[in-house]
Amino acid sequence: MSFQLQYSQYNEHSILVEWPAIIDEKILQDILIFKEKIENKYTKQSIQVISAYSSILIFYNITIDNVNDVFLDLKELYSSQRNLKQIESKTFRVPVCYDPEFAMDLEAYSEEIKLPKDTIIRLHSDPIYRVYFIGFLPGFLYLGGLNSTLHLDRKLTPNLNIKKGSVGIGGKQTGIYPQDSPGGWHIIGNSPIELFNSKHNPPCFIKAGDRVKFHPISKLEHQKMKSEINNPKFDFKTLLLND
Amino acid sequence: MIKVVKTGFYSTIQDQGRLGHRNYGVPISGAMDSYSSQFANVFVGNDKAAAVLEMTMTGADLLFLKSTTIAITGADMSPKLNGKAIPMFKSIIVHNGDTISFGRLESGFRTYMAVKGGFLTDMVLGSRSMLKGITNGFRIQKDDCLDTMKSSKLILPKNAKLKFDASYLDEDTLDVIKGPEFDKLSKNQQNLLFSDTLQVLKYNNRMAYQLGPLIQNDLESILTSPVLPGTVQLTPSGQLIVLMRDCQTTGGYPRVLQFTEKSINILSQKTTGSNLKIRLKD
Repeated sequence: MSFQLQYSQYNEHSILVEWPAIIDEKILQDILIFKEKIENKYTKQSIQVISAYSSILIFYNITIDNVNDVFLDLKELYSSQRNLKQIESKTFRVPVCYDPEFAMDLEAYSEEIKLPKDTIIRLHSDPIYRVYFIGFLPGFLYLGGLNSTLHLDRKLTPNLNIKKGSVGIGGKQTGIYPQDSPGGWHIIGNSPIELFNSKHNPPCFIKAGDRVKFHPISKLEHQKMKSEINNPKFDFKTLLLND
Repeated sequence: MIKVVKTGFYSTIQDQGRLGHRNYGVPISGAMDSYSSQFANVFVGNDKAAAVLEMTMTGADLLFLKSTTIAITGADMSPKLNGKAIPMFKSIIVHNGDTISFGRLESGFRTYMAVKGGFLTDMVLGSRSMLKGITNGFRIQKDDCLDTMKSSKLILPKNAKLKFDASYLDEDTLDVIKGPEFDKLSKNQQNLLFSDTLQVLKYNNRMAYQLGPLIQNDLESILTSPVLPGTVQLTPSGQLIVLMRDCQTTGGYPRVLQFTEKSINILSQKTTGSNLKIRLKD
């Protein structure tokens, strides 16, 4: 599938390419394929591609002299024959503890959306979410696929100290805070998983295009996993789901 | 080795930033005024991208535990060697036991000090730029001992003739280009951006600078999309936010303007209350 793309110069070094502004798995696939083509054509030192829901930013380490030449190159690359292999995507099981100790907003959230807590937990942990991209904070996953009955606008007053690992719902999205941060999302649980570690390369074991399934765990399991994950020998492959 | 006797208001080690990890949400960081930091390095014969000390508003007191060469650029914070005024924008020899300190802020807002060889703080994800959540410390602390790289490189005599153009510190007209959502603004909003004198508001730091006055706005948020340092976002409440070096990698507010690299450097040298104008670059 081919989309009508918009090309524009973003600054002296960068080009913005935009797809239709919607959240859609076909667009995500198209973005990841184009991103791969660009990364295969240029070296990592000369170019970087940052992706989001429906756009990519291509950052050149040299100043762009003739923007029209760059547009032409990119357009040609976009329409060039794709390699047949699919973009590799993994599915990870991410443990989440929904215990009131972590789920500080679950009670109020349950009243607001008029659903019992166990239904919320089931609806939140049933789907397999798609990772569209990582942004906002280092290791913050933008996930698609939240059940619409769980949608609820962000809190009017943000919480100034949301703990690392907190699992929240904000508008139509769900996500995990990879570090302590202020934020306006309704916190319904906590994951012991380390989503970002600056000592690892790459610093995230999950990437755009991967999938995530939340797996409810008890407080005790949360505690246990937390200490396992702190062990440098912890292997993220143990979180892989076969499908 | 350099011992931190006093830190100053907000002092960090910065190089030219962390470029390769934005797909994981890692900010670029790096010296706010990259021009000044690169020049500081050139004066001591370093690679332009070597790590320097960035000092904000007030300078640090530093005790040198070995002899070396330094250079100071950027904001004029009245630098002193053992209490005696020293010039900026040239290499200065410092001996074991000497102290570098700073006094009154005369111009600009951020001062850079390069040391021959460059600072050797933690390298994380390809950069020494300090940032909360990435490096161990996010700014230098009292009693820190900062290592520097051994450098056998001789300082080229021609460096003495290097011209550092410090006039940009006083510039108050900043070049911008249109941001991706610029055309969604009304003619009236567009005119306001370029005709009004803008003012740097109290919220200004390494992540972002807020500019006033408010611009009445009814533009909706956009589907979260990449942003860069220099991107000017217009929030639903009409605030103009210029993203700076430590900014996040993506954002959901309309991106109405984009500062040029030079304009980011100029803005880095402004502080609360500074007035400026912006001009569309063709």
